[in-house]
Amino acid sequence: MSTRITIDPITRIEGHLRVDAEITGGKVTRAWSSGQMWRGVELILLGRDPRDAWTITQRICGVCTTVHAIASVRAVENALQLEVPRNAQFIRNMIVAAHAIHDHIVHFYHLSALDFVDVVSALKADPVKAAAWIELYSDWPLNGKEVMKQTQERLKTFVGSGQLGPFTNGYWGHPAMKLTPEINLVAVAHYLQALDVQRQANKIVTILGSKTPHIQNLAVGGVSNPIAVDSQSVLTVDRLMAIKTQIDKLADFVNKVYLIDVAAVGSVYADWTGYGAGVMNYLSAPDFPIDTKGTEFMYPGGYIPGGDLAKYQPIKSFGDDFLGKGVEESVKHSWYSYSKAGALHPYKGETTPQYTDFQDEGKYSWLKAPTFYGKRAQVGPLASVLSAVAAGHQPTIGIVNKLLETVSALAGTKIGVSALHSTIGRHAARAVRCAVMVDLLQANWQKLIDNIAEGDFATYNKPVFPKGEVMGFGFHEAPRGLLSHWIVIRDGKIANYQCVVPSTWNAGPRSEDDAPGPYEASLVDNPVADPEKPLEVLRTIHSFDPCIACAVHVHDQDTRQAVRVRAL
Amino acid sequence: MRAVVLGVGNILLSDEGIGVHAVNSLAARYSIPAEVEVIDGGTSAMDCLDRIAGSDLLLIADCVRSGREPGALVRLADGDLQAFFRTRISPHQVGLSDVLATLALHGISPARTVLVGAEPKSLGLGLEPTPELLAQLPALVGALAAELAAAGLRLEPNGFCNAAE
Repeated sequence: MSTRITIDPITRIEGHLRVDAEITGGKVTRAWSSGQMWRGVELILLGRDPRDAWTITQRICGVCTTVHAIASVRAVENALQLEVPRNAQFIRNMIVAAHAIHDHIVHFYHLSALDFVDVVSALKADPVKAAAWIELYSDWPLNGKEVMKQTQERLKTFVGSGQLGPFTNGYWGHPAMKLTPEINLVAVAHYLQALDVQRQANKIVTILGSKTPHIQNLAVGGVSNPIAVDSQSVLTVDRLMAIKTQIDKLADFVNKVYLIDVAAVGSVYADWTGYGAGVMNYLSAPDFPIDTKGTEFMYPGGYIPGGDLAKYQPIKSFGDDFLGKGVEESVKHSWYSYSKAGALHPYKGETTPQYTDFQDEGKYSWLKAPTFYGKRAQVGPLASVLSAVAAGHQPTIGIVNKLLETVSALAGTKIGVSALHSTIGRHAARAVRCAVMVDLLQANWQKLIDNIAEGDFATYNKPVFPKGEVMGFGFHEAPRGLLSHWIVIRDGKIANYQCVVPSTWNAGPRSEDDAPGPYEASLVDNPVADPEKPLEVLRTIHSFDPCIACAVHVHDQDTRQAVRVRAL
Repeated sequence: MRAVVLGVGNILLSDEGIGVHAVNSLAARYSIPAEVEVIDGGTSAMDCLDRIAGSDLLLIADCVRSGREPGALVRLADGDLQAFFRTRISPHQVGLSDVLATLALHGISPARTVLVGAEPKSLGLGLEPTPELLAQLPALVGALAAELAAAGLRLEPNGFCNAAE
């Protein structure tokens, strides 16, 4: 007998997402991923000034504000063939890196660690043993027994107060929870410390972007941060030095805590390297441009078909045809209709809603299904890190190797790169990417300082809109993966606008040829010990970083009666 | 005394963004003293955690669905707010309730939390709230100012904006 479960989040953080899974014999046999909210921002943009698009697109999502702003200005710049001063590239790069670091840390510690960490079990830990264990692997100063004792006390008080908040409906004591009480305690200590650390990253975004959550400093053609070595109220040497202090603190945490924790979780849950691979065509974009035209990047990106790194094909510049011509979106299984048959390129994209009910074999999602030269592709830190490894990016290769060595030592068995094609591998790749981001943040800070020292204070080139039609696309390798905005401009006004977002690539429904998307494919064969507590399904979905809290309805397939369970 | 006025909501979805419009309007109409921080939080409550932490008063402006007339104002404080989060009337409370719980775990909760909200008419696509909600905007802004005044933070109108905006 099979059971059908429906996980239907309530949050609007990134639009509602619902996941249905059919479970037979303790395993997922089929899955459906469904976007539950119509994202019609494209229609709001029609007829508007392209220079305003970024302020509107950064409201699409509560977590990814900055990334939509960046992709939007890049799309308009690409359409106009507008160059961007190097200072502006460096400032944008620093915002992008700081945002990514913040996002990756929050995702691991605050949004998904609880899939693996049993908070209540930490109450039973011996704080001295916990400290002794972690100090074997890391010299982070906040790993001592006093810190572990304080953490346990704080947790006791919190649990005792009866207001468990986000922990209330955690799957404590679930049979799939395997960390020792001591490792759980270490993880809780780091969970608390991560909060302070992500604040440091956020401060960098605030200093450079003028405000958060919605940055104010972008402009089509550059940034609006005037640079002056001695003036108040603009980007001064003092402010830049303040940023440097924050960067150093971040580096310590990422290298001495985050990477170690991921290795520890990965070693205990090594079986999860065998689940969740799903779609193994990986697509990512290069990012961190350092020239005015966007032809030189500090981090590579491209396409890896079938998980074969030897077949990696790079994307080389803003406007690269390989990416530009390869993307299409299908609505065969989405609640939209197109005016003609088949998938459409984003420049020709249409946003005409056609809602049916949830049809397993028909339409069932507000997300479209993107493809790359007709194939489904997985995006995200794993795609980005694998591309960097394939491209021979030495800093990434070094961090990946070090992480795998730590995991192998902890697990007592050799774990290789192929383990990355998995649920736990996505977490590992995110930690690696986070460490790379710290390096890139540092490097761009230095480039900005050096460039200013050479007397270049330029941060902005004025855009000029021609009569007639121009089109372009902007890409950004966002924390959740490849993001692209596509714009058609007619007589200086927006004539078409389409956002192809990371969650569309990963969470999209079946495509034109009924091929399942990455979420759907990754769930197949996942074990599920208890359909009423589908922790394992959440583990795989959360590994993609959907940034959602969710409610779970458990349907009995015969009666279709829903039992509601809240999941984290 | 440190107060944070946090507007939450999605301004792309008409009345959903009323909380954001309210705090922006508050900041436009009044001189904001140094003890008061006004934040357009959008739907990014987590990003605001740092600034909410340890405040004496957290004043939230939001759209609240409680089945009343469009534009009806709602005030919830402390105990009532817990119930509000349990029954999930606003789309943003997952983010907000998580933020508040995280602050509690760290022992840095705001001393008091008050929510002032307005009943939406439409959550449809659009940058402008519906006329019903726009008409109530001054009242909502007034309610926010009154909450601050009750906490001893009297805001002076700056004279730059008139009531109809």
